[in-house]
Amino acid sequence: MNAPRVGFAGAAAALMMRDLRLALRRSGDTLQPLGFFLVVTTLFPLALDPQLSLLRDIAPAALWVGALLSSLLALDLLFREDAQDGTLEQLALCGLPFQGLLLAKTAVHWLLTGLPLVLVAPLAASALGAPYQAMPGILAALLLGTSALSLIGAVGAGLTMSIKRNGSLLALLVLPLAVPVLIFGARATALAIAGEPLAAPLYLLGAIAVLAATLAPLALAAAVRVGLE
Amino acid sequence: MAWVWFHRFGSPPYFYRLAGRLTPWFAWPAALLGLGGLIGGLVLAPPDYQQHDGFRIIYVHAPAAWLSLMVYVVMASSAAVGLIWRMTVAYAVAGSCAVIGASFTALALVTGMLYGRPMWGTYWEWDPRLTSELLLLFLYLGYIGLRSAIDDLGRADRASAVLAIVGVVDVPIIHFSVTWWNSLHQAATVMKFGRPTMPASMLVPLLLMLAAFTAYFVALLLVRARGELLRRERAARWVAEALAATPAGQG
Repeated sequence: MNAPRVGFAGAAAALMMRDLRLALRRSGDTLQPLGFFLVVTTLFPLALDPQLSLLRDIAPAALWVGALLSSLLALDLLFREDAQDGTLEQLALCGLPFQGLLLAKTAVHWLLTGLPLVLVAPLAASALGAPYQAMPGILAALLLGTSALSLIGAVGAGLTMSIKRNGSLLALLVLPLAVPVLIFGARATALAIAGEPLAAPLYLLGAIAVLAATLAPLALAAAVRVGLE
Repeated sequence: MAWVWFHRFGSPPYFYRLAGRLTPWFAWPAALLGLGGLIGGLVLAPPDYQQHDGFRIIYVHAPAAWLSLMVYVVMASSAAVGLIWRMTVAYAVAGSCAVIGASFTALALVTGMLYGRPMWGTYWEWDPRLTSELLLLFLYLGYIGLRSAIDDLGRADRASAVLAIVGVVDVPIIHFSVTWWNSLHQAATVMKFGRPTMPASMLVPLLLMLAAFTAYFVALLLVRARGELLRRERAARWVAEALAATPAGQG
């Protein structure tokens, strides 16, 4: 096999630019998870009495369940089309580290679902009665948490990419695995809203994110290779 | 070569015959130990000083909970063996584990809930152990769902193997996070078996039941794995020979 002409960094950057460009050309699809997140967090006050104290109590749950579900929403398409048109096969065969390339694709998923969610989170959080001082803590927790969710979710997306009618299977696979992120993220958010120190759950969230970034690419590459056979 | 036994173990006809011979060696001990454990636990052991006869459900609950975790580890290990050495037998064993493990998990959940009704006054308490058990059940269901969603047998084997390995890494993290999440109002665990305060008349039946459940699991796994191998290799000649050798109405 010929030595690749492009280095890994160049290839990963090109891949990310391509995925971002494709996503921007379908901005309707791309914005859906964000809109979904805002709608879900709006539903909670409507289902309850809109008392500020009550809303403040459920704000962590609403934010994190919303984040989990909206991250799930865009996962199904993460690898599906690239698997169908052969792009993933070419990536697997091109001689560059496959795990790294898949990690780059996962990073794009985070840029399109995680990052926008972090950016609108102050809006949703203050609508749920979170005080202004809580925002840095909530944002830090969401930054760490959404990146872990993208990584865990990508493994599930890789496992189900070749299944035609996967329905809610992806949710069944990913949600139990994402429980630690939900628990520590919601805990950090609750502590931030209460104005208490939240270092402990943030460290644990960071540990989960680092662990996911280390191990998920291995599982992801194995899962996608199985799907390509 | 030291590895010969391992490769022989991976040959479906050899495993099929071996499993058939081994099954009674686990099934009978399971029945006898279970009988002894049940008599010891339900009749001979004295009622608990605080929980009266209600504690006796641990003779089913604790072994089921223990197996729910052990089966997952067995499933993930044999899935890893299958993935590394591309071994049909290991995949058949992993696939046979899933339903058994899910059943033990469901049994542990149901008995835990029945135990919770008289002890805590409610069927469902968000106790860390029960919650972990519930999440474990979801992991089993995801595994079963993924296997059944992929039509191609080889791909279903490998994809579900990856999922089982991811799950076995995540299970301790899930258990830890759930414990941490609810540690605020559930300081003492309700049931610590093996603590020194448990008298021998209660402990011995529990150990008997643990051994009985484990032997029962192995026997069940061997039977299911044999069936799975027959299904997978139905085109192979050894299957026809093995089935021809079995008298009608048996096996």
